Amino acid sequence: MDVLLQQLVNGLILGSLYALVALGYTMVYGILELINFAHGEIVMLGAMVSVTVLGLLVAAGVPVPLALAVALAAAVLVCMATGVLVERVAYRPLRNAPRLAPLITAIGVSIVLQNLAMIIWGRQYLSFPPVLAPHVYEWHGATVSNVQLLIVAVAALTMGALLLLVQRTRLGRAMRATAQHREVAGLMGVDVNRVIAATFAVGSALAAVAGLLIAAYYGIAHYNMGFLLGLKAFSAAVLGGIGNIPGALLGGLLLGVIESLGAGYIGDLTGGFLGSHYQDIFAFFILILVLVFRPSGLLGERVADRA
Amino acid sequence: MNDLLPERFYRDPRLAWGAYAALAVLLVALPFLVDAGMGRSWVRILDFALLYVMLALGLNIVVGFAGLLDLGYVAFYAVGAYFYAILASPQLGIHLPFWALLPLGAGVACLFGVLLGAPTLRLRGDYLAIVTLGFGEIIRIFLNNLNAPINLTNGPQGINMIDPVRIADASLRRPTEWLGVTLPGTHTHYYLFLLLTLAVIFMALRLQGSRIGRAWAAIREDEVAAEAMGINTRNLKLLAFAMGATFGGLGGGLFAAFQGFVSPESFTLMESIMILCMVVLGGMGHIPGVILGAILVTVLPELLRYIGPLQEGLLGRVLVDPADLRMLLFGLALVVVMLFRPQGLWPSPVRARELHPDNPDLVRQEQEALYDAER
Amino acid sequence: MRSKLLIACILGASYWTAPAGAADPATVKIGCVAPLTGPQAHLGKDIENGARLAVDAINATHPTLGGQPVQFVLQVEDDAADPKTATVVAQKLVDEGVKGVVGHLNSGASIPASRIYADNDIPQISPASTAVAYTHQGFKTTYRVMANDSQQGQALGKYATKLGKRVAVIDDRTAYGQGLIDEVVKGVAAAGGEVVGREYTTDKSTDFTAILTSLKSKKPDVVVFGGMDPQAAPMIRQLRTLGMKTAFMGGDGMQSAEFLKLAGPAGEGAIGSSPGLPLAKMPGGADFRKRFNERFGKVQIYAPFAHDAAVVMIQAMLRADSTEPEKYLPELAKTRIDGVIGPIAFDDKGDLKDGPVTLYQVKKGHWEPVETVGGQAAK
Repeated sequence: MDVLLQQLVNGLILGSLYALVALGYTMVYGILELINFAHGEIVMLGAMVSVTVLGLLVAAGVPVPLALAVALAAAVLVCMATGVLVERVAYRPLRNAPRLAPLITAIGVSIVLQNLAMIIWGRQYLSFPPVLAPHVYEWHGATVSNVQLLIVAVAALTMGALLLLVQRTRLGRAMRATAQHREVAGLMGVDVNRVIAATFAVGSALAAVAGLLIAAYYGIAHYNMGFLLGLKAFSAAVLGGIGNIPGALLGGLLLGVIESLGAGYIGDLTGGFLGSHYQDIFAFFILILVLVFRPSGLLGERVADRA
Repeated sequence: MNDLLPERFYRDPRLAWGAYAALAVLLVALPFLVDAGMGRSWVRILDFALLYVMLALGLNIVVGFAGLLDLGYVAFYAVGAYFYAILASPQLGIHLPFWALLPLGAGVACLFGVLLGAPTLRLRGDYLAIVTLGFGEIIRIFLNNLNAPINLTNGPQGINMIDPVRIADASLRRPTEWLGVTLPGTHTHYYLFLLLTLAVIFMALRLQGSRIGRAWAAIREDEVAAEAMGINTRNLKLLAFAMGATFGGLGGGLFAAFQGFVSPESFTLMESIMILCMVVLGGMGHIPGVILGAILVTVLPELLRYIGPLQEGLLGRVLVDPADLRMLLFGLALVVVMLFRPQGLWPSPVRARELHPDNPDLVRQEQEALYDAER
Repeated sequence: MRSKLLIACILGASYWTAPAGAADPATVKIGCVAPLTGPQAHLGKDIENGARLAVDAINATHPTLGGQPVQFVLQVEDDAADPKTATVVAQKLVDEGVKGVVGHLNSGASIPASRIYADNDIPQISPASTAVAYTHQGFKTTYRVMANDSQQGQALGKYATKLGKRVAVIDDRTAYGQGLIDEVVKGVAAAGGEVVGREYTTDKSTDFTAILTSLKSKKPDVVVFGGMDPQAAPMIRQLRTLGMKTAFMGGDGMQSAEFLKLAGPAGEGAIGSSPGLPLAKMPGGADFRKRFNERFGKVQIYAPFAHDAAVVMIQAMLRADSTEPEKYLPELAKTRIDGVIGPIAFDDKGDLKDGPVTLYQVKKGHWEPVETVGGQAAK
């Protein structure tokens, strides 16, 4: 029983990270119907920048909480700037182009960002400075570390803030309106270009937070870390219903739990035929199953109504 | 295809025949020209380019003709390659001949196309993309792990020592004699691939101009209207998957025979994305464009290896490590081409007129109509 | 139409500018192939650096061949750890007239490439490929200066069983990891231990909590991981966070400076194996480390192996007084030198003969040698 509990705990932590990244995907998709392949690289940038800044500050003797805050701020700024820049340069000119063109551009941007990171930071893996002394707590036989608790807390706070933004502010209302029908929103006085830029900025900020947390949790950052993560997060977003913010949350958490439980129990479930070597596709299996029976994802999609 | 050459070629049959004859001569002489001018490794790259032309044309059927976004196309490539590898190597001790295995492999891939296409029929646009992506990964991971309980694929070690293509008992991987001329392995494979590529092009052209092709175009433009016109969208979508998969399986079998070694590392998601790039970059739905896209995307990263010597030639020393720049420039090329020519480098004339008609009001109308149609 | 013209011009220009390369008479080209992009890029660069150090050192002694002074030039290429790219690159190197190749890193790349080198009679010495199949293809040109999976895996398995009878294994489903762990399992069985669990991951993962939790319930004494340092480091961190006090062991893929950096204090006590003798025990070891650190920074894993591969190759050429493979290949087979990694001699398949394997343990943040297994390579 404690194994099951531990797997659930692991899964929830992983899921929180996926959810943070999935939110960025889902917001951009809701407004532009674009799979922003480059989003995973933004997460990577967040991780790399925060690790670098933190390393510099800690070496200079700055107290840890302040260093963390500054590193976070730096990562958020860099990511927001990159996200907005990418949107302006690579996606905006293609807003009315056939659907596949921005997809290919997104892939191109992803490759460019990855290789720029490789040129700037080199091929070495960066390690997160050991500033958080690990404390392990026991709970009914499962172990949780303070870093893991921090991740869940920060993720929850961030998502709460996002929900507030989207539901209670003018910008949020404008975002929702643009996602529903871009032209009509424009007619209603919404500056569509600024709203889209803001969407990218918010999504990138979330990515930066996710990047910092991932680097802190696993201890490493590398220019190649973004792609696979982005893919899984996008699958999570689809699982929950693309364009749907609570859907991304649910999808992310669910994906994390499925991966953990899957890796832990596939072997037992299939009598040894499948094992943890199939853990990566376990999530895809579930996704396909869900989509076959609910083609719009678990909570239904929310993209622009046209008819 | 009627924009390949200037107008007058289509009016005068002699000019047309002359042009085709010249093209034929060029194609036959190409490996020798490349070998002499650029080196044998470029003939090898040319062989891979032809392979990718076949694959790109297959994906073009799914994405370009029928409008189904497939991000897991490499799965069919892998199935074809492994089918050939398993049945023509020491893996199971079976050594079936090449001319039997290739169509069988294509057939098995076709089956997989139907299998993988079936669950996706109700999915729209980007859901389809992620599901096909999932299928691509599932196939790859199965191939990577099917070395227990029975060793079918030899897992991550891959299958080595695959039988080469044998014509009249002579292995095509070693130099062989043809009409008194000794040809190295790269050249003989070139001719083999060229023949098959021409066959694939022919089939693709016929498909495009047939009722099936027109039905696919209807589904691509507006599925609801197509259904309303009495088109069996379900069967035709499955057919698109199946045809695309067949060409993929064909390419896979040839790849296994050519390289002599297959491993799951050759069938990653990035490979699927590359093939998609070839189709979209070249001109989605337009066969000459797709061919061009395939050749460019295969050749460009290899050309970019010469950034190092180029820098040395221009600047006297190497400023930035070429390995660093290669993929960066490739990504930039993707972005730049899409920004300035989103319809692709060589789009179909119909598409080009849709996106750049002469009347500005028409532009706006067309764009809005396109926006609706794309959904 | 204009753009078509442009494209035609580009393709035409590339025809004329892509060099076809015949070597300058006074230079000898040695190929060096490794993944310079991708998750193992730091290891590929390590190989390049090691080979370069060797080549430059030899060039500084003004070598002569057949009475003529020669300079050895390293032709470096990136194979991105992809088998297809490896074959393209191999063909390119062959076309450019290299006289020998140091490479590749991944067995999945070395194996298909070796066919091309063999067809053109170009000797290939791999500094890192451990798959047994690499030297068992029947080619005369395949060599390696790294103990293969069989040698290393058995050593790891035996030592693991010494630490405790209940052994759990994890492999990363790459040719390297799977090959190594298969041999570890055999070694454990031979030493009377019991493999209580086998889990899998990939060479791109960072989250292992699920499989580690699963293994925890099986109460192992030792966990052996077949894979590379970017996975091993987070793995041991997560192991400790889960409260598992088991010993943690790995192969040469883990025994690197990078592992120490990435694992931090959690890495204390981890055991990694590496073919060859400890650098400290080799007469040239300390000197190598000093020279390498001055020029390239920290040694990752393979630099000493790449260095020795280049040295072995060039020395064979010098002994045969020729760069023609037919002449120096027999000399290569008869190699008996003391390299940085230890005594080097080849068996009839091209594997290291009686290559010693050393087990290191992390003590106070450094790899300290603990035990050397095997190895009495004839001097």
